[in-house]
Amino acid sequence: MLLLQQLLNGVMLGSVYVTVAVAFTLTIGVLNFLNFTIPTLFMLAGMIGWALAYWGLPFEMSGPLPWPMALAVGIVVSIVASLIVERFTFRYLKTRYGDSTEHAIPLVSSLGFLLVLENLVRIGYGTDAQRFPGPGADLTMNIGGIFVRIPQVVSLFLVILIVIGLTWLLKHSRIGRGLRAIAENPDAANILGVDTKRVVPIVFMLTGLLCGLAGALFAVNYGEVSPQMGEDIGTKAIAGMVVGGLGSIWGAVLGGLIVGLIEMLTIHFFGADTVQVAVWGLLLLTLFVRPQGLFGHNSIGKGKL
Amino acid sequence: MSGYWAGILTILAINIIFAYGIFLPVATGQLNLGGAGFQAIGAYGAAFLSASFGLPVPVTIGVGMAIAGITGFVIAFPLLRTRGVYLVLATFAFAEVVGGLILNSDTFGGAMGLSVPAFIDWHVPVTAAVVVTLFVFYLMSTRFGLTMRAAHDDEVVTDLMGVNVRSIQVAAFAIGGALAGLAGGLYAHSFNFVEIQSFNALVSIYVLLYVLLGGTQTAWGPLAGATFFTMLPEALRTVLPALKSGIYSLAGVEGAVPAPDDSWRFVILGALTIAMMVFRPEGLITRTMIERFGFHRSRAGKGAPA
Repeated sequence: MLLLQQLLNGVMLGSVYVTVAVAFTLTIGVLNFLNFTIPTLFMLAGMIGWALAYWGLPFEMSGPLPWPMALAVGIVVSIVASLIVERFTFRYLKTRYGDSTEHAIPLVSSLGFLLVLENLVRIGYGTDAQRFPGPGADLTMNIGGIFVRIPQVVSLFLVILIVIGLTWLLKHSRIGRGLRAIAENPDAANILGVDTKRVVPIVFMLTGLLCGLAGALFAVNYGEVSPQMGEDIGTKAIAGMVVGGLGSIWGAVLGGLIVGLIEMLTIHFFGADTVQVAVWGLLLLTLFVRPQGLFGHNSIGKGKL
Repeated sequence: MSGYWAGILTILAINIIFAYGIFLPVATGQLNLGGAGFQAIGAYGAAFLSASFGLPVPVTIGVGMAIAGITGFVIAFPLLRTRGVYLVLATFAFAEVVGGLILNSDTFGGAMGLSVPAFIDWHVPVTAAVVVTLFVFYLMSTRFGLTMRAAHDDEVVTDLMGVNVRSIQVAAFAIGGALAGLAGGLYAHSFNFVEIQSFNALVSIYVLLYVLLGGTQTAWGPLAGATFFTMLPEALRTVLPALKSGIYSLAGVEGAVPAPDDSWRFVILGALTIAMMVFRPEGLITRTMIERFGFHRSRAGKGAPA
C-alpha cells in the first residue's frame, strides 16, 4: 500500500517535471537552444505569486491579492521575462564567427540570465523558503487507504490538457507549421516566407507559459516556494527530457514521469540521498547508450519536432 | 602580507588553475560544464589520503590530480562521442553523479565533509598557478596547441588535414581534468576542509563563464577571466557600500545604511555575461587583439602589398 502511495506521488511529482521538461524540449527542438533560464522562470512565477498573495502589489498599491490572481500575475511575469530573454539571447544567434563552440552563445547568455534573475529575487525577497497561502495539502481524498490531493489531480489533468493542446498547435496551426519549418531548417524556413522574427518569440512565450504554470501548480500543491526551488526541478526536468529524447514532446512527457517515479522509488527503497545518483546516472547512461533517448531522432545537435 | 590578501591570492591561484582545466577542453571545441566534478575528485582524493594515511602534501595533491586526470581520460571516450548540447548535458550529469556518489559514501564523510590536517601556505597555490600558466602557454605554442586550435575552429577540415581530432580532444579533456583536480587538491589543503556542497553545479557554471568571458582563443583568456571575476567581488565589497550610501544621501535618507546584499555580485556577473555574449561573443581577449598589442609585427601588416 505504501508502495502504491509512493507510485502515485511519483506520478504527481512527475507531472511538474513534465511541464518543465516540455518547455526545455520545445526550445531545443525548434531552436536547438538549451535554455538555462527555464528553472528561473519556474521559480519566478512561484515567488512573484507568493509575494503578491502575501504582501500585495509593490509600493503598497494594494493589500494582499487572492492567491489565484497572484499566481496569474506570476505567470504573466514569467512570460514577460521569457520574452526579455529572447530579446538578448536568441535574437543574437547570427553566425558571427564559425567555430564549434558558437552554438553555445545563447546557452551562455541564458546562464547569465539565470544568475541575474535568481539573485534579484534573492535580493528582493530573501533566500528563505516561504509558505504559500493556497489550499496546500489540506484538500485530500482517501481512496482505499491512498491519499490523493485534489489540487494535484487537477494539475495532472491540466498538464495533460496543455500537452495535448501544444501538440495540436504544432501539428495543425499556421504557427505550428512555421515552428516545425524552423526546426527543420531556419534559413530555408525564412526564405520560404516564415517570419522568423515573429514566430521565434512564440516559442519563448510558450516556454514562459509552461514554466509559469508549472511554478504556480508547484506552489499550490506543495505549499512552499523559495528562490532555489527551480534548481532541483529544472535539473530533474532536464534529465526527463534527455531520457525521453531531445526535441520530442511526448518523449518529455514520458521522461518526466519516469524521473518522478524513479525519484519516489529510490527514496522508498534506498533513501533520499541516493536520488541524485539514480537520476543523473540514468541520464548519463541514456547519453552513452542511446543519446537520442526513447523518442528522439538520430540527428545529433539538430532536434526535430 | 596580511591574512586577507593571502586568502585572496590563494583563491585567485586556485581559480586560475581551475579555469585552465576547463579552458583546455573548451579550446578544442568541447564545452565542459562538469568542472566541479573534477575539482571534487582532486579535492577529496587529497583530503582522504591526508586524513586517513597522513601522506605528505605533494603526494596527496599529486595522487588527487592523477585520479582526476585518469577519470577525465576514461570518461572522455564515451563523453566525447556526444557533441553540442548533448556534451554539455553529459558533462553536467557527470559532475552531478560524482557529487551524488561522494554524498552517499561514508569513506568520504558524506554530507559532513572531511577535515584535512595538512595546511599549505599561500605560496604553494601561487607557485602552482604560475607553473600551470606557463605550462598552458607552452602547450598552446606547440604543434599540439596548434591542432587544438584547429580542432576548435573546424573539426572536419582538421580531420581532413590528417590530424586525429579525437585523440587531441581526449588528451585536452584528460589534461584539463587533471588541472581541475590539482585546483581541488590545493583547495583541500588551503582551507583544511572539504564538503561536497562547495563543489556544486554553480561552481561549474562560474568557471565556464570565467573561461568563455575571458576568451578561448588564447591562453590569456582564462587568466584574464579568472583574475577579473575573482577580484570583482573584492572590489565590489568596497565600491557597493560607498555607492549605496551615496544614493541614500542623495535621496536624503539619514542614518546608518545597511550593507548591500551579497547577491549583487552574481547579478553583475550575469549581466556582464549577457552583455559580452551580445557584443563580443568570442570573449574579451582574442588572437587579433594579442597580435595588435604584441611585440612582433602582425603578419597582415608585413605581408600586405605596398
